[in-house]
Amino acid sequence: MKLTETLTDLANPTRFLALTARILPWLAGLTAILLAIGLYQSAMAPDDYQQGATVKIMFIHVPNAWLAMFVWGVMSVAALGTLVWRHPLADVAAKAAAPIGAAFTFLALVTGSLWGRPMWGTYWEWDARLTSVLILFLMYLGLMALWRAVEDPSRAARAAAVLTLVGAINIPIIKFSVDWWNTLHQPASVFRAGGPTLDKAFLWPLLVMAIAFSLLFITLHLAAMRNEILRRRVRSLQMMQASRVTFTNEASSGSGAGNASNEIGAA
Amino acid sequence: MSLGPYASFIVMSYVLVAAVVLLLIVWIIADYRRQQARLKEIEASGVTRRSGRSAADIR
Repeated sequence: MKLTETLTDLANPTRFLALTARILPWLAGLTAILLAIGLYQSAMAPDDYQQGATVKIMFIHVPNAWLAMFVWGVMSVAALGTLVWRHPLADVAAKAAAPIGAAFTFLALVTGSLWGRPMWGTYWEWDARLTSVLILFLMYLGLMALWRAVEDPSRAARAAAVLTLVGAINIPIIKFSVDWWNTLHQPASVFRAGGPTLDKAFLWPLLVMAIAFSLLFITLHLAAMRNEILRRRVRSLQMMQASRVTFTNEASSGSGAGNASNEIGAA
Repeated sequence: MSLGPYASFIVMSYVLVAAVVLLLIVWIIADYRRQQARLKEIEASGVTRRSGRSAADIR
């Protein structure tokens, strides 16, 4: 009941803007503090007996890879909000999340490549995990292109929501690709049956960085949603402005025609 | 803290992540300022919201 009331309250963009104005500075501060702690712990983490210091790349690669999938999950829930509940902020949330998700996916791919070159001897391998994440990145770009291609936000929202839900099938494929196929990419070592296989010296910095990056996403997402609401206000005011200009022109050309007929009549 | 023989790969990873995150932050702040400026510009031309409240006011 309380959740429904909160969601109804947040459906009002003005209330949402007021809320973000209050909480964004706190979120940004908390993100900065956690990132600083995470970076310090990553720097101080010992070398891995196999990977050496290259294990430090994992502290930024893994959070980005998790967020690449998590952001698509957020967009999928937002897509349901658009198609099923018609929540006014659902498509705003989906549209605002796409570029941030694309950035995290890009970083997961590049940091993975930079780890792979010294560890695997190659920057890239067309294995199931890497290929499915590349497909995720291309889907993010496709969604962003779709939002830009359709001028009316509500029409773009429905098309984008359908595409997002279809694309959500890729998320379990990414997650379980390392179990279903024989891949160069190693299997899950944190979220797995039987608990994490990582030593605490690596697990803690990784978890702190994961929480810090998740907070970073929430902060950036709320700020981007605020921008999108303002962009829609600009659009509606511009439409009001355009209709006023049209009305004024029609009125003046109408009175001009009247004058002309008067003049003709006078003639 | 020694980064070993693959220091350049480690440093490049961290620098790249920092650059992309910074770019995202700058882009979002610039976009916010752009939208606020456009709203103020439109309101200055006499077009206002039906509620009478300023569209640029987010509090």
